[in-house]
Amino acid sequence: MKKELGISVLLFLLCAVTAILNPKFLSAVNLFNTANLIGLYGVFSLGLGLVIITGGIDLSVGSLCALTGVLLAMALTEWHWAWPLAAAMVLGISALLGLAHGLLITRGKLQPFIVTLCGLLIYRGLARFIAGDGTKGFSGAEGIEPLRHLASGKFLGMPMPFVILLVLAVVMWFVLHRSIYGRYLLAVGRNEQAARFSGINTPLVVASAYVIAALLTGVSGILIAFYTNSVGPSNHGNFYELYGIAAAVLGGCSLRGGEGSVVGIVIGTALLLVLQNLVNLLGIPSSLNFAVMGAVVLFGVLADQILKNRAARKITRPS
Amino acid sequence: MRGISKRFPGVIALDNVSLDVGRGEVLALCGENGAGKSTLMKILGGVYQPDGGELLLEGQPVKIHNVTDAMKSGVAFIHQELNVLDNLDVAANVFLGREPKNAFGLIDNRKIHADTAPLLQRLGLEVSSRTRLDRLSIAHQQMVEIAKALSLHSRLIIMDEPTSSLTLTETDCLLDLVVSLRRQGVSVVYISHRLGEVNRIADRVVVLRDGKNAGELSRSEITHDRIVNLMVGREIKSSYTGSTAAKTPGFFKVRNARSSRYPASTVEFDASRGEILGFAGLVGAGRSEIVKAIVGLDAAGGAEVSIGEDRVAIHSPADAIRHGIYLVPEDRRGEGLVTGMTVRENTTLPSLKKYSTLHLIRRDRERKVTDEQIASLKIKTPGGEALVVNLSGGNQQKVVLGKWLSMAPKVMILDEPTRGIDVGAKAEIYRLMRELADRGGVILMISSDMEEVLNVSDRVAVMHEGKISGILERPDCNEENVMNLAVGKTLAAAKPAVKV
Repeated sequence: MKKELGISVLLFLLCAVTAILNPKFLSAVNLFNTANLIGLYGVFSLGLGLVIITGGIDLSVGSLCALTGVLLAMALTEWHWAWPLAAAMVLGISALLGLAHGLLITRGKLQPFIVTLCGLLIYRGLARFIAGDGTKGFSGAEGIEPLRHLASGKFLGMPMPFVILLVLAVVMWFVLHRSIYGRYLLAVGRNEQAARFSGINTPLVVASAYVIAALLTGVSGILIAFYTNSVGPSNHGNFYELYGIAAAVLGGCSLRGGEGSVVGIVIGTALLLVLQNLVNLLGIPSSLNFAVMGAVVLFGVLADQILKNRAARKITRPS
Repeated sequence: MRGISKRFPGVIALDNVSLDVGRGEVLALCGENGAGKSTLMKILGGVYQPDGGELLLEGQPVKIHNVTDAMKSGVAFIHQELNVLDNLDVAANVFLGREPKNAFGLIDNRKIHADTAPLLQRLGLEVSSRTRLDRLSIAHQQMVEIAKALSLHSRLIIMDEPTSSLTLTETDCLLDLVVSLRRQGVSVVYISHRLGEVNRIADRVVVLRDGKNAGELSRSEITHDRIVNLMVGREIKSSYTGSTAAKTPGFFKVRNARSSRYPASTVEFDASRGEILGFAGLVGAGRSEIVKAIVGLDAAGGAEVSIGEDRVAIHSPADAIRHGIYLVPEDRRGEGLVTGMTVRENTTLPSLKKYSTLHLIRRDRERKVTDEQIASLKIKTPGGEALVVNLSGGNQQKVVLGKWLSMAPKVMILDEPTRGIDVGAKAEIYRLMRELADRGGVILMISSDMEEVLNVSDRVAVMHEGKISGILERPDCNEENVMNLAVGKTLAAAKPAVKV
């Protein structure tokens, strides 16, 4: 809980500083846009965080976003599918690919980094091939208004993706912090052997985390496609996996596994996006965007490690 | 070492402790866990700095600021957990960190192999200096560490629980080696819970208790009881008491148990309700492997198991747990516990369904069962929310036991249940095992500690190279019989594994 508090304070300070330096930060338009982006990135970051908690990684997020975006746009505009069918197809394909990752990692005993790196390459290639390397949009699609509203409308004045993120975060909070499955995830991430000796079906737990992650990526794939309104398969979603990893790590997930919280991941995402907003609003050259983000993540994990070392020194006792 | 003191936040680890070691002397350092043995030796080895006191070497005060200083002063430390790189060969390990360079600035491999060979010879280790460490047994890897110590011209070698993962014959070899080091003028500080070994090789025994000198015994005074008395400062009954509880022979039957380690051998035995069946044998006899096969942890192995009249099919640990067959594994931190989680989370891990509604965990119920186990097992912990990693070995083991005891075990399999645990906690664990047996549980206990096997078991099954070479009834349980079966001899006294 301490960790969440720490980055919440950091987030608050960052918001305060930005607001003071440029009051536009607090304008309704800016807050709406920032919340919208937090929603878009937060959904896949939640899934990625789950995978990271098992001690794994998912590098295929960005490419999967591109693939699902392309498929969604083509299903709606070129194949004239009804939107529920198109959405179900996109989510189904995402889940199947997640299952493939999970099985290759648990049954095939391949390393998550390798499996999902191959995913990153394969899905990007497939997205470009299927789209004929052309940008796909939604113009001309009929009867997709309900889906467009779900993905990019408003609810109680808040952007829909942000609302969806809040709902999913509440659900995932129960899953990770209150359910048996969540306890198993944390146990497997900490010590897979001990979890197995306690009768936990560890391959199932790990594989399902990849399915959930891919499913959430599919959801944010739909949201992001409507946000950008056009999907250029060669760069749509680039680096999203790295945003997700950065958000999860800032939020207290350890790449060694077994550690992390839903609140942390959401605040970590918010922190990253407020930071980008800050770069824009304060007139910092946007070419420095990544550098600022990298520096903040580095600062965050360094501060965390220093605190951890201090705590460890306090409790170390001789045997 | 004179008047050494060391404080850690909240505890005084060492309080005015003195220790001296003569040239070519084997000094055994005994004491319960937490008595300060390791801290004292870490000060000698340069890992910690003392808060008070001084170190004298041949009458001259020396300062040992770090491990390098210790090495230069001729002090070498062989840790319980080996510090070898198993992807490198013997010579590379011996010269690790101080590799001689050739004319090109690269490692002079010819020299390190030439220098390593005589060291291996001196230790009587018949392996090539080019053997990769992962092809050597633990005992041989340990000898490589000793070879490294000798190559540093160490005059004092500290060995911390060196035999805890060695087989009986390997232990013999190591003890012989210690004796031969003594003859060569090397001093040895030998830390061990195994009093039989201490008795055999020590010239003198120094006992620490609660960070203070508790007393010392000269060669002629060393007896098991006197050491134990000094360690705990109270009498501990150290003999088999047996039990009057009713036994149900043949309640737990194992047939055709086969492990991937010894695929050609099968094991079969019966165990009664109410008994503790000891499993003795040399390390490597396949005991751990067989019990893992029984609880479904060996994909290539397996066993036909029945409880009472029912055949139970076990393909995974989850199946075994469903039938009330629980394993307390040998590797407590690696397999028994998720040490980064709390006592509560560890206690309920295999039984979460019992403490949840609609798959949502009820923490109040978890806390209740955890507090019950903490109280009934007398687990020393600040509470159920303490991380297991911060508990002592004995208390960690009690957490493992509590986890299974809260689930009404029918068959409890304990693999080296008291390894690395102090005498007081050992006695409590034996008591818990006996209570469980008296309540009608079947207990299988694998142990490489002869005293433990003989003091705790109602019968002893002895394994040799993947097979049970015989089962000893209580009157025949003695060291000689167990040893003979363990090395594969047949005995008239030993019953066949299954009564026909």
